[in-house]
Amino acid sequence: MRTSWVASSVALGALAFLYLPMLAVALFSFNKTRHGLSWGGFTLGWYARLAQDPAILEAARNTFLLAGVSTLLATLLGTLFALGLERHPFAPRVRAFLEDILHLPVVTPDLILAAALVVAFGFLRAVSSLFEPGFLPMVIGHVTFQVAFVALVVMSRLRSLPKELDEAARDLYATYPDYLRRVLLPLLTPGIVAGAMLAFTLSLDDFVISFFTAGPTSQTLPLIIYASTRRGITPEIHAVSTLVFSLTLVLVLLGERLTRRSA
Amino acid sequence: MSKVVVWYGELTTKGSLVRRGLALVMPGLLWLLAFLVLPGLLLIPLSFAERGAFGEVVWTFSLENYRRLLGFGVLGFSLDNLLALLRTLSVAFWTTLLCALLAYPLAFFIRAQPPRRRYLFLALVIIPFWTNLVIRTYAWQLLLAPEMPFARLAAALGLVEPGMALYPSAFAVYVGMVTAFLPFMVLPLYSSVERMDLSLVEAVQDLYGGPVRAFLHGVLPQTLPGLTVGVILTFVPAMGMFVVPDLLGGAKYLLVGNLIQQAFYTMRDWPYGAALSLVLILLTLLALRVYRRYGKEVDLA
Repeated sequence: MRTSWVASSVALGALAFLYLPMLAVALFSFNKTRHGLSWGGFTLGWYARLAQDPAILEAARNTFLLAGVSTLLATLLGTLFALGLERHPFAPRVRAFLEDILHLPVVTPDLILAAALVVAFGFLRAVSSLFEPGFLPMVIGHVTFQVAFVALVVMSRLRSLPKELDEAARDLYATYPDYLRRVLLPLLTPGIVAGAMLAFTLSLDDFVISFFTAGPTSQTLPLIIYASTRRGITPEIHAVSTLVFSLTLVLVLLGERLTRRSA
Repeated sequence: MSKVVVWYGELTTKGSLVRRGLALVMPGLLWLLAFLVLPGLLLIPLSFAERGAFGEVVWTFSLENYRRLLGFGVLGFSLDNLLALLRTLSVAFWTTLLCALLAYPLAFFIRAQPPRRRYLFLALVIIPFWTNLVIRTYAWQLLLAPEMPFARLAAALGLVEPGMALYPSAFAVYVGMVTAFLPFMVLPLYSSVERMDLSLVEAVQDLYGGPVRAFLHGVLPQTLPGLTVGVILTFVPAMGMFVVPDLLGGAKYLLVGNLIQQAFYTMRDWPYGAALSLVLILLTLLALRVYRRYGKEVDLA
């Protein structure tokens, strides 16, 4: 099928529209001029300065620690949930209830989830100071939206596995733990890895949940970038953003490969 | 309950299977109940409470928060909140429409590529979708700055004063919103466009239908499933957006999302924030309901 030149140019224009902002940021991360937007020549100096900026280094550490810890927890909870829901004969009503609960974090706007979390931690703070704004509430918040995505990905993998493999394992007298460890989990690994990568990217992608649950010592990169739009954006911020964008690019392409191979 | 069954090759009883299933589901279930469902439900009684002098919650039953939400504040009646509500609906609507207008040509363009290049273009659409929204939005602050080509062009055309940035403005908000949501529209729409039967469009053209009729009778009915998913994926989150209007709209262009953020973050007034959140939840549920009703019609067609 041929597309008219009008459609093609609108399409290319729309793509350009998506990429123009990132290209501008990348371009200005190599600009020597500190203030203003005149071109002062090419430099890698801002990237070098990043390595010496304690606030940005700490934010980078927090961002990855948060994504790592929450992904581990969410992958564990989500995989168990998927195994329970997909491979056990629940009554239709119970199953529908569990599915509804699972879809809830997917359809809830992130601002509403953030509001609910603020309220939950507000009351939990009366019980324990662990729930003061900071790292733990951020992890809890991220896990809350990640669990559902992991569970849904693992469930779709479970559905694609042939029943005969399970039956063969049981015919050979595998106990449930044996069967999980040596048959089901190895078969599920591509699904679990894909779910975990999705969860990790979702965590890196999040701003709203972090914004409402972070404390002064648990700033992440998106929070620092947001704060700098008030204080004035520096070329270092362009450099950080370019790095985050490049990392996302690598993760998405890697994830794409993994899922296509496992499919 | 003790009837013996064979389940995935396992000789067992239904009761023990259900018990094991519940045990597996339980940690995740309790987590979601504790941190999403319960606090979400708590927003309802909270919206009738009051804020104490130190930001604490005073449990009473008053409609004060809802009166305030409608504009009856301490300083008398003001239209600001109602305008923000209407603005939210209108921004979400126009964002969705603009995204659909851009997504159709893009989806057809991708379909027309050879198969290998289709993946490349789809990846190009997905990558910005995975990039942090704060980065994509502040990047427009950079692009719309006075020294950059867009502002210069607008100044040369006499649209703005020379040396002025193009943000904060309604225009900048729409630019930011379309950047944020275009991938949400393109991906589901493409899945419909890819499977489309072009002979139906050709049939309309053979019967001397112009491009408008070709779209209405040939393209639209076939791509409606993808379009409705795209509309929901765009419209619902667009209503709850606060990053884009915050960074590109300024104080004069507030949406419900900004009001919620201010209530929880700046004013520490949870009861008022809860009332605002419930309004947003209500709008979300309404949109999903419309989608469900409409979605059924799509299935019949």
